[in-house]
Amino acid sequence: MDQNVLLTMLPQVLIDGLTLGFLYAVVALGYTMVYGILELINFAHGEIFMVGAFLGTEVLLIMQSFGILEGLNPFVAFLLAILVASLITGGMGVTIERIAYRPLRNSPRLIALISAIGVSFFLQDLVRFTEGLVRNAFYLSGPQLFKGIIPLSSSIFIPTKTLLIIISAIVMMVSLHLFVSRTKWGIAMRAVAQDQQTASLMSINVNKVIALTFFIGSSLGGATGVLYAQQYGTVDPYIGFILGLKAFTAAVLGGIGNLKGAMWGGVLLGLIESLGTAYMGPLTGNAFGAEYKDVFAFTILIIVLLFKPEGLFGEAVKEKV
Amino acid sequence: MKNKKLFYVLLVVLAVGLILVGCGSSEKASTSSNSSSSTSSSSDSSSSSNSSSSETTVVKIATQSPLSGPYSAMGEAIKLGAEMALADNAEKFKALGVELQLFPQDDQGDPKIGVSNAEGIVSDKQVLALVGHLNSGVARAAGPKYEAAKLPVVSPANTAVDLTTYGWATFHRIVAKDDVQGPAGAKFAFEDLGAKSVYVVHDKTAYGQGLAEAFQEGAKALGMNVLGFEGQEATQTDFTALVNKIVAMKPDAIYFGGMYNQAGLLVKQANERGFQGYFLSGDGSDNAELIKIAGVDNVKKTYITSVAGDASRTEEGKAWTQRYKEKFGKDSSTFSVYGYDATLVVLNALEKAINENGGKVPTREELNKYVSATKDLKGVFTTTTFDEKGDNINAEVFIYSFEEGTYPAKFIKTVSVK
Repeated sequence: MDQNVLLTMLPQVLIDGLTLGFLYAVVALGYTMVYGILELINFAHGEIFMVGAFLGTEVLLIMQSFGILEGLNPFVAFLLAILVASLITGGMGVTIERIAYRPLRNSPRLIALISAIGVSFFLQDLVRFTEGLVRNAFYLSGPQLFKGIIPLSSSIFIPTKTLLIIISAIVMMVSLHLFVSRTKWGIAMRAVAQDQQTASLMSINVNKVIALTFFIGSSLGGATGVLYAQQYGTVDPYIGFILGLKAFTAAVLGGIGNLKGAMWGGVLLGLIESLGTAYMGPLTGNAFGAEYKDVFAFTILIIVLLFKPEGLFGEAVKEKV
Repeated sequence: MKNKKLFYVLLVVLAVGLILVGCGSSEKASTSSNSSSSTSSSSDSSSSSNSSSSETTVVKIATQSPLSGPYSAMGEAIKLGAEMALADNAEKFKALGVELQLFPQDDQGDPKIGVSNAEGIVSDKQVLALVGHLNSGVARAAGPKYEAAKLPVVSPANTAVDLTTYGWATFHRIVAKDDVQGPAGAKFAFEDLGAKSVYVVHDKTAYGQGLAEAFQEGAKALGMNVLGFEGQEATQTDFTALVNKIVAMKPDAIYFGGMYNQAGLLVKQANERGFQGYFLSGDGSDNAELIKIAGVDNVKKTYITSVAGDASRTEEGKAWTQRYKEKFGKDSSTFSVYGYDATLVVLNALEKAINENGGKVPTREELNKYVSATKDLKGVFTTTTFDEKGDNINAEVFIYSFEEGTYPAKFIKTVSVK
């Protein structure tokens, strides 16, 4: 492959990397919020994302089967799918916290981690079971709402849906930032993250704040699932696993517990992965092809943990006394 | 207390969500229950006839194919084909004092499950033969079990080249191998579509990679320019980075060795990036879901090679597909015919063995000899003659086009194997 070809595909690779990066970033927010407040890695978060993808697709399919979808403005249908998916996944997040994490809050952290892994397998199989029962298939292809493609040049195409995904992700991240920094509940969340006991002495209902954190994180994850389903068209019960791990990597990369860090970590990881996948093959004489794309994320994770364990934007955590 | 209230409210929200997910698909559920009722009714009738005549010997023919999971549509077609063949021949065998029973097993396309099912099959003394598997990886894992138990196997779908190279006496297949199917695709792309360059992608499974390698060899032998050869995990859904690279290289065609779900995504994502060339794939992509996933507008230049032919092209086949539809209430797919024909191979051998044994039901080992000796047996679609390794020397490869966006795909031509 000559230099020219490598160069002409660059803009497209960057656009893809950004799209992927924003998906990672929003999911990473869920990991980082929960970690920031509970110091717990919610490994079920990737599966919440997956459930969101299924719920969004199902909402669209149900609307289609009733013949409502055709007459509806695609934006309205899109918002409706996101709304339903994020409300239900938000509720799931709170339920999971109540059942699987709260009773274990004072146990060693390893116990809660195992509980999280259990929840994630439960959700995978729950979706596999329900979908297998009602649709007799694991792969669900939903209707595509936005089919337009904006050609920038002869070799660069931006599908409308990609643009929409980037915009939606930015809207979600900005509103979360405003919520956390400007509202009373946001202040309460930060206070609980700082010190649960002191916060509770300041008449903050710690349990409520934690539930709220789970609700927001999970509903963002669920909404991202809908974005994912729109971007790739097909969902299966296993999409949450790798994507969850990568979003977690993004959170660690940016400094876990840090909202801004999660966003930058996600975008960075998406870009690195996309560039790596596209260029590793040609640059190494096809010794490393696109098949090793998942390796990039985890190599980066290891490197960051070795040299800057607090992440790119995190502050070095001092041992609590 | 307030917290508890919130908790219950959320539980209700969750429950409503699950119900929503459930009711959207009641339509599908009803069709599947329909088919299962038809199967159960047929097994009812066979068990009632069992009790009425006490002197018959029960012979079970096992099938192993995915009845649940992503490949269940193809797997069920094999099972129903076998079921129909048994029903069609039940009377004839009753006269010989044999009652045929189907022993269907679900391998879920998973080698581990296939092997544990195989143990159950070989330990049931009434099972004399197996029709299956769909996935070559499963057949490879379970093969030694059948070989050790001397249980004859007739595969309606396994195409991996190596399966007939292990010296298993019990393994037979009526379909063409990958090293025939791959080059046939290459020949079609080169001669009929005029493709001079191709990018080869596979899913890193035994099936997909084997097929892609066979295609690559065939393409190189014809003088086609193979621009790249790359694998993507079978769980991968995001092909965009790969597609960017392919589109930038402007090959005349993309070849994919793998299953329909990924093939569909690849077609879709390539089209979204402005790919103008042809898309070719193997029989793993022979599925209606491919069109759904890729989108009707995107499959216009999609072609597949298949070891399975369209039965409805002949008068006899048309009558057969009609009967199939009446019996099971659903359209036959390409693997239905093969399930039927593979079962016919078994039944033909069984009949011969009984007749030449003085009316006695043969052992598995004896039956296997008769299966291996099958010569010029005409089924609904295939004519079967096994060579010494168990490959069907009459196997053919068929080319289909998705240009109309309907399933089954439009038949284009036959590429001969020999």
